[in-house]
Order: sequence, then structure tokens, then C-alpha cells
Amino acid sequence: MIDEKAITDFIYLEAELLDTMQWQAWLDLFHPEGRYWMPLEWQQRDPVLQPSLMYEDLLLLKVRVERLAGERTFSQKPKSRCHHLLQAPRIVACDPTAGVYKARTSYIYTETRGDLLERYSGWASHEFVEVGDALKIKLKRVDLVNFDAPFGNIQLFM
Amino acid sequence: MAKYGQNADAIAALVREAEVHRDVYVDPEIFELEMEHLFPNSWIYVGHASQLGKPGDFITANIGRQPVLASRHADGSIHVFYNRCPHKGVKIASEPCGNTGKFFRCPYHAWSFKTDGSLLAIPLKKGYEGTGFGDTQANEGLSKVRNVVIYRDFIFARLSDDGVSFEDYFGESLSTIDNMVDRSPEGKLAVQATPIRYMHTCNWKMLVENQTDTCHPMVAHESSAGTAVKVWKREQGDSTETPMAVQLYGPFMSPYEFYEQSGIRIWPNGHGHTGVANSIHSNYSDIEGYVGQMVAAYGEQRAHEILGEVRHNTVYFPNIMVKGAVQILRNFIPIAVDKTLVESWVYRLVGAPDKLYERALMYNRFINAPTSIVGHDDLEMYERAQEGLKSNGNQWVNLRRLYESHEEQDVTAVINGTSERQMRNQFHAWSKFMTMNMDKRVEAAE
Ligand code: FES
Ligand SMILES: [Fe+2]
Repeated sequence: MIDEKAITDFIYLEAELLDTMQWQAWLDLFHPEGRYWMPLEWQQRDPVLQPSLMYEDLLLLKVRVERLAGERTFSQKPKSRCHHLLQAPRIVACDPTAGVYKARTSYIYTETRGDLLERYSGWASHEFVEVGDALKIKLKRVDLVNFDAPFGNIQLFM
Repeated sequence: MAKYGQNADAIAALVREAEVHRDVYVDPEIFELEMEHLFPNSWIYVGHASQLGKPGDFITANIGRQPVLASRHADGSIHVFYNRCPHKGVKIASEPCGNTGKFFRCPYHAWSFKTDGSLLAIPLKKGYEGTGFGDTQANEGLSKVRNVVIYRDFIFARLSDDGVSFEDYFGESLSTIDNMVDRSPEGKLAVQATPIRYMHTCNWKMLVENQTDTCHPMVAHESSAGTAVKVWKREQGDSTETPMAVQLYGPFMSPYEFYEQSGIRIWPNGHGHTGVANSIHSNYSDIEGYVGQMVAAYGEQRAHEILGEVRHNTVYFPNIMVKGAVQILRNFIPIAVDKTLVESWVYRLVGAPDKLYERALMYNRFINAPTSIVGHDDLEMYERAQEGLKSNGNQWVNLRRLYESHEEQDVTAVINGTSERQMRNQFHAWSKFMTMNMDKRVEAAE
């Protein structure tokens, strides 16, 4: 039985897996039909017919993860590292009978590479489905406060 | 210690037949001279008329260092101004786009201007009576950019009063824009999406050159496109239909022979394109209903002619690239000698199926976004070049691939697709437009 604590724990775990670069374990948190979405417009509705920074299924996320370790992935020499500073997630929906689980988390994300350090602020919205006894990510939506700014390389996951 | 200012000979000496001196990428004085000469002497992309749908709509842009403002007037005409109040110089519009209503109003002392730029009103107007205000430039309102051409809704401007005409400047290269527009069954494009913006810590010319550099994809993009192909092969299971994503990534890994045969076409004034015979855009699957729409609009033969043109990257010198087959324009906006803002715009083909727009947006985020793994591959190379060029070991960048002695300048030609001739073509134009007015000023001073 999924409760609010389970959702919160999941979100903290996800951030920890990213911060410790346990990419495969992170991918395992996704449902096979799961999506990772970073909109490019304010309160964006449509990931397909509006422009996004990212809208990726599991195959594309796997490509990213596999690439990070590639021998010829020059933009990862030296490697990037990241840090998530999360506010307590707000549970938007936790309804085991309907199978609806949603949360929204405000955070500051830091990505570093070499001597560079970049900071981003935003909100992560998670939608989960229950598979067996476990939660899986159906959608992780990342809204940056400055989605319209010109960024340099963002190589890891927020 | 100005080395290059007003010294046309020193600037011309930076460009040899098949080499360029590293100062063109790393010297801040050269960058300032580009802003002062090259950009004003060239025809620069300002925006698209569909961004100015109704009267009062405006967009802002920069040409070199100079802020400009384009607006749609009540009578439907489009005007381009310097974005600067004639009173004390305050920027009139501060947002990338918007609607100003019937007039622009300066936020400082409320001088107001019609959307054709003319002065509408000044508060306490009588304070100017008898001051000779009527004879000042301020009385004319917003300063107009006089040389503006709207070609099939693409707004181009040239800041310098004299120079090469629009027709002579672009010539046959406009065929790429034609093809992109003709791909709409209604012959119309529309900007609906925010551009993807990406900051590059490198010189703007590295990006422009890279658009026709066909010897790097299979090397630099092995990490992204190569991995995408590899993961797809392993994980596709029983599925036979290649997903759109793999269709977009896959061709980047084409071998040298593919690029050799696909060809490059060069045009006068530094324009040119890859993908003459075929290109990385050749083999996308058909989108349901689209060919039928095109045939209905243009007839069988013309429709296939339009869709058979699959040019890869067209460089419009100095700083945009157009990709007709996926309706994308990339604007390489110089910020500093080692800083370039890239704005990648997607146009919607009016009247065409949504799926085409979806593909164009997908291509843009896969290849042109700060979150794009393909983009990461390229930017890493530019940044390393910007660093590496500080080395005194060798001060020249080599562009000799498939060079033939005494290459003709400012001609149209189709050549081997792995040639660096388009880069040589660009640097010839660079040198020409950098020094164009400089020569004259030196003469005048003598
Ligand atoms: S500066 Fe614009 S009204 Fe004074
Ligand atoms: Fe590239």
C-alpha cells in the first residue's frame, strides 16, 4: 500500500541515485512507458507540438546514460557531477484506489564540470504508477524558473 | 595597441588561400571590428514576418552590437528601427517580442512614437517651442534602418547605407529559403515556438564553419548518434519501424563516402550548402497525407521537385544557417570574441500535418538544445578550439582539404562534399565585408 511517505521517500531516493551517479538504478525507477520532460514554455501543456528542452522515453534516456561512460564521449572528459537540494515534496495526489500518485518538489540543482559550476532552480513534478508493490515514474516533469535563458551544456539529469 | 583598426591590409593578411590566422577567432580587436564593419556591411536576419501578425506587434534583435526593433504598422507594413529613444537613448522595447498597441511609449519621459517610428507626442510639448527642436534628428522619431528587405517573410536588414544590394548579396542562395517555404502546401511558414537558446563559449565563426564541416559527425558524434544507433540495435526487439528519434540521430553516423557524394554547393559572398545530391535528411519516412497535400497544391511534378530537394545545411553568410528539410533556422549571435548566443528557430509549415511540425521540434531539441547530446559533442570541440588557439606553437588554422591552387572567388560551384572550400569561401567574404568601408575611410583621410 503506497502512502505519502512512500512517495516522499521515492523522490529523495531518486535524487540520491542521481547525485551518486547510479544511473542504471535511476533508470530502473521508470515505468517502461515513462517519460522525462523539460518544457521550454511557461506552464506548457503539450510536450509534442510545443518546444521542449527534453522529452525523452526510456530508450533515449538509456542512450544518454550509456553515452556518459563512452570512451569517445569527449564532453565528459572530465566528468560532470551533480547535486540536488530538495524542498520537502508536496503530495499532490495519493489515491491508491484510483492508482493516482503525484508530487511536486521545489529544488536547486547544481551541475559541475572541471572548474565550472552552474546552478538551476525549478520544480519537479512526478507522476507515478504502481507496479507490483512499487512506484514507477510515469512522468518526471522539470520546470526551470528560467527555462527561456540561454544555457550552456546541461549534461546530467535534474 | 590597436593592430587592426583601419588597417585593411593587416586584416586581409589574416586570410590566406587555405589558412586563416588564429586572431580571427581569439583577438578582441578583430571582434570589435567585425561588429563595426562586417555585420553592418552584411545583410542580417532580423526575424520572420509571422512573428508580427497584427499591427502593434514587435520583435527585438541585434545586428552586431546594435539593438534593433521591428514592428508591424497599422497599414500592415513592417518597419525596422534602431531600438533607441531619440531623446536620451533609452531602449524602447526590452522584450524579445510583444504588442505595443497603437504606439511605442518611452518609459523614461513618455515620448511616444507611431508604429512606423514617427514621433507622435512629447509631454509639455510647448517647452520645445522656439528651441529649434524641429530641425533636430530627434524630431524625426525613431531612427530607421533604411535597408530592409522582406523576402518570403524573412526580414533582413543591412545597417550601412551603401553596400551590396540584397539581390546581389544573396543571389541564387535564396533557393534554400524558397524550398523551405514551398514545403508548405500553402506556401507559408509560421513561427509559433519559442526558440531554443544555447550559450556557446566560443567564437561565432566556429559554429558557422561547423555547418558545412562534414568530416566531424562520424568522429565527434560517435558518442551521441553512435550510441543512439547502438542502443537501438540492441533494444529494438521485434519492432521493425524505426522510431523518429533513431531516424534523426542515425544519419549523423554516415561514413565519409556518404558525405563526399552528397556534395557541397558554394555561392558568391560566402553562402553555401551541404547536401546537394542527397543528405542526412534524405531518408525520413513519409508523413501520412503530406505528399498528397503537396501534389494537390503544386501538381505531381513540382511537388516531387520540392520534396526531392533535401539540402542539409545552408550557410547564409555571415551568421545564419537554414535547414529547409526540417524547417529550422539557427542564428549565431555574436556576444564577445569567445561568446556566442545560438537561437534555433522552428517554422511550422502552414497547412501541413502536425507530424511534420512534431519532427521539426524534435530535431531542434535533439540537435540544437543545451540539453542535446549532439550539441554537447560540438560545443566541447569549439571550447577546446577556443582554448587551443591560444597556443603559439602554430598560429594558423588549416583549411586546405581539397584545395586547388587559384580557386576562383565569388563563384557558384558544386564540389566534393568533404571539401573545406565553403569555409574558404566564407573567409574570402569575411575579408571582403570586413574591409569594404575601411578602404574608403582610409582613402578619405588621405
Ligand atoms: S529618454 Fe525616452 S523619453 Fe526621455
Ligand atoms: Fe556536429
